[in-house]
Amino acid sequence: MATFSILVMVCVAYVVLLFSVAFAADRAARRGRGAWLRSPLVYTLSLSIYCTAWTFYGAVGFAARSGLEYVTIYLGPTLVMIGWWWTLRKMVRVGRSQRITSVADMISSRYGKSNTLAVCVTVLAVIGATPYIALQLQSVTLSFAAFSPSGPSLQARSEQSIAIYVALGLTLFTILFGTRNLDANERHHGVVIAIALEAVVKLFALLAVGVFVVWGLEGGIAQTLARIDASPIAEFTVAPSRWTALTLLSAAAFLCLPRMFQVMVVENEDESHLRTAAWAFPLYLMLISLFVVPIAAVGLNLMPAGTNPDLFVLKLPLLAGQDGLAILSFLGGFSSATSMVIVAAIALSTMVSNHIVMPIWLRATGGAAMMSGDVRQVALLARRLSIGAVVFLGYLYFRMSGGGTALAAIGLIAFAGVAQFLPALMGGLVWRGATRTGALAGLGVGFAFWLYCLLLPSFGAGVIVPVRVMEAGLFGQSWLRPYAMFWTGGMDPLVHAVMWSMLLNCAAFCAVSVFTFPRPVERLQGAQFVNVFDHSQRPGSWTGGLGQSEDLLIMSQRILGAAEAQEVFARAARRQGLSGYLPEPSPEFLDYLERRLSGSVGAATAHAMVSQIVGRATVSVEDLLAVADETAQIMEYSNRLEAKSTEQARTARQLRVVNEKLTQLSVQKDGFLSQVSHELRTPMTSIRAFSEILLSGSLTPDELQEYAAIIHAESLRLTRLLDDLLDLSVLESGQVVLNVQTATLAQVMDRAISSAVGSAPGQLDIRRDAAAEAITLQTDVDRLAQVFINLIANARKYCDADHPVLEIRIERDKAWLTVDFVDNGRGIPIEDEALIFEKFSRLGETRAPGAGLGLAICREIMHRLGGSVAYLPGQRGAAFRVRLPLAPLEPGGGNDLVTNGGLRSVR
Amino acid sequence: MSSQVLLIEDEPNIIEAITFILSRDGWQVRSHSGGHDAMDVVRARQPELIILDVMLPGRSGFDLLADIRSDAGLAHIPVLMLTARGQRKDREMAEKAGASMFMTKPFSNADMLEAVRALAGRA
Repeated sequence: MATFSILVMVCVAYVVLLFSVAFAADRAARRGRGAWLRSPLVYTLSLSIYCTAWTFYGAVGFAARSGLEYVTIYLGPTLVMIGWWWTLRKMVRVGRSQRITSVADMISSRYGKSNTLAVCVTVLAVIGATPYIALQLQSVTLSFAAFSPSGPSLQARSEQSIAIYVALGLTLFTILFGTRNLDANERHHGVVIAIALEAVVKLFALLAVGVFVVWGLEGGIAQTLARIDASPIAEFTVAPSRWTALTLLSAAAFLCLPRMFQVMVVENEDESHLRTAAWAFPLYLMLISLFVVPIAAVGLNLMPAGTNPDLFVLKLPLLAGQDGLAILSFLGGFSSATSMVIVAAIALSTMVSNHIVMPIWLRATGGAAMMSGDVRQVALLARRLSIGAVVFLGYLYFRMSGGGTALAAIGLIAFAGVAQFLPALMGGLVWRGATRTGALAGLGVGFAFWLYCLLLPSFGAGVIVPVRVMEAGLFGQSWLRPYAMFWTGGMDPLVHAVMWSMLLNCAAFCAVSVFTFPRPVERLQGAQFVNVFDHSQRPGSWTGGLGQSEDLLIMSQRILGAAEAQEVFARAARRQGLSGYLPEPSPEFLDYLERRLSGSVGAATAHAMVSQIVGRATVSVEDLLAVADETAQIMEYSNRLEAKSTEQARTARQLRVVNEKLTQLSVQKDGFLSQVSHELRTPMTSIRAFSEILLSGSLTPDELQEYAAIIHAESLRLTRLLDDLLDLSVLESGQVVLNVQTATLAQVMDRAISSAVGSAPGQLDIRRDAAAEAITLQTDVDRLAQVFINLIANARKYCDADHPVLEIRIERDKAWLTVDFVDNGRGIPIEDEALIFEKFSRLGETRAPGAGLGLAICREIMHRLGGSVAYLPGQRGAAFRVRLPLAPLEPGGGNDLVTNGGLRSVR
Repeated sequence: MSSQVLLIEDEPNIIEAITFILSRDGWQVRSHSGGHDAMDVVRARQPELIILDVMLPGRSGFDLLADIRSDAGLAHIPVLMLTARGQRKDREMAEKAGASMFMTKPFSNADMLEAVRALAGRA
């Protein structure tokens, strides 16, 4: 019998070997060598952490106790691997493109980066994994005990010390090689290569024991088969329901176990590795299970009754005196246990630190420490402490449960626990309608049933769940019995619990998802996940442009380390065509940075950190449209949104136009009233002032004469203004009645000139073209004369030449008569040309020349007569062009007003 | 000499009326009717009091007032503003620009006299 001390030495040597291999691999990877580290073979071998000590020792025990049932544990993963194209490939692609760090991160990320969900998954994963870690510690302790000189039951003290040494060693190894980089998404080459080595060792050990048993102890295949037929294993029959349930359960656990997710998705180097693993891993499982039944059958035959069948793998070589083989077998079991604990600790610590510790720490420090403290160190510390905590929890559980058979059953119970992630995980990958609330509901319901129907009763009736409840149901309700929910008694407890928890989990997940509406971020992430093969990159969901690049750099340095963060920023800046270290915070860059950070602290935390600096991430309609081309559901949703927003934009535009028009009208009206007020008050001022002067008496007759004349003139001005206002108002409102008469142009011109120049002839030299004026018109002659009067009077008033000359040129073509009035004055400044036809044509507080309503009235009249009047630039003097159609004017108006006869006598 | 009033107004008849009223009371009234060159006239005359119309050809009375108030040598001169647009906005603008008093046209001769006397400190 091998001495205990040799075993310990071998064990220590093996551990040293593992450390050096891990160290060497890490160094090689760091120096860019070691392409073999990234081979699909290593990936496949790393998947073998599925085969823990529970499978290494327990499979034989399983077979010895219940026959071929153990096959289901290998069958589930085999099915998953063979069907990798449908599920695994997608999971790996999503994991890589979103820089997913754990199964909790995956679920949280899919459902809108919800940290609530992440916390739930993390807590449940820890609950599920703790007994499992305890199981590994137990197996190592038991296997040590098998070698102990004092027989099967080791002394309690040394048993405990073995467990604690193992726990400490594993913690040290995990912290050393599992937290070298903060970026959990970077590969842990040291860890992976050590696991791969352990995978080889455990397979080799089991095969060696198998070969020894078949050919060494039994003497050949035929004898072994006979032995199996003779053993009780052949008599076991497995209920189809249990067979199916166990196969499904192991398949689900294979996908959902945090440690499996870690090696399968997070540590995945290349998607194509799956192609190799799809056949290589089932092959590995087949080999490792090849000799299980022979070992069990032979063990049952050779070993004394009452021997723990879990230890047949160790005991058979020991019994035969093959100490070397026994030690190899021990190392196989040791490898299985340690590799599981290491990876589980890495996976769980990432989840705990990213989803529980970091968010709490960030909130506690109010985000301020993000800028001042060193997040990098905090995150690493959190992860290291979490590793210690996870392993310690396992140890604690091992101590509390006291080992024994209670642990043996825990493997499947833990499987059933993590399987609860499956609906949310898989549903999120294939169904875009899945929502956060749905996922929470499904998880909650599933775990409640798992706890009540499986985990709590597993400690035995009366330990946690009172016997009364076990027999009569909760609150005495018979349909609430833990092993017979809804009166489904008589079932296998495991099958019963798996069936109800999974069924109701799925039902709650689907029902709640259907009846709740996903938030925009969930929609985006959902599309990203479900259509991961169509979208190689995520649409921008950040609205940047706020210039917080520097803050972002400071924060990133805390997480990624100064050199790496600066490199990331400088590279982004170069890509944007900028020099220096600060890129524009464009949506693409923020998106990239968020993903980079999420590799270190998880999607939810990274999202929170970036949004703390940049402000809220918004999802625009365009973002939705960008992902909308996949499903009719989103298409319709965004179309509706778009249509609505287009319609709103159109209405808003119309309102704006109307509003502008109204505002303009209001301003015009105010301006007009103010001008009218001014025009009325000015003559009234003179009238009032001089009236009071006259009333005050003591004036000379000349003064009396002069002031009375001023009052008279100003009264006339006032009257004229009122007439003009009325005239304009009639013209503008279109109520004018035209009095169509026949006259020659010469007649109209004569009248206009005598009216305009009247009392002061000779001051203005008017040059006419008598021949051209001999043309007969059929129009409102009075109105036309009014226009001419206005233009001639303007020339008389404003022409500032020494010898004012007004030239009246007449031209005609087939349809139009054109009359130009051109004087030899300075004309009108070009900036005023547009204004002179406006009422009172004044700008602001200053007066423009030609103030009044005259030209405004002319324009209205010509408009009514079917023609026009306009300023004619480029004639040296002031020039106006009147155009009139030659066709007879239709008698206008169309209402019953009596024709009033045109010009008023006062003009 | 110090009883000089400068009237800046563009309506000839109003100039004549105000000139008559104030002259009869013993004031020496000078008038000016352009906006552009009004500041030069103010500087040259250094009047005791200015009567200023809001609406002038070429330049707004408000602008002129602002110039007067920002000129250290002229800022102390009382300014009576006249406007023919009886809107409250004009009164506010005048107060803001620093007018000493504000009158709306048409005014009574007695009010005009009283205002001028008050501003010149001879009430």
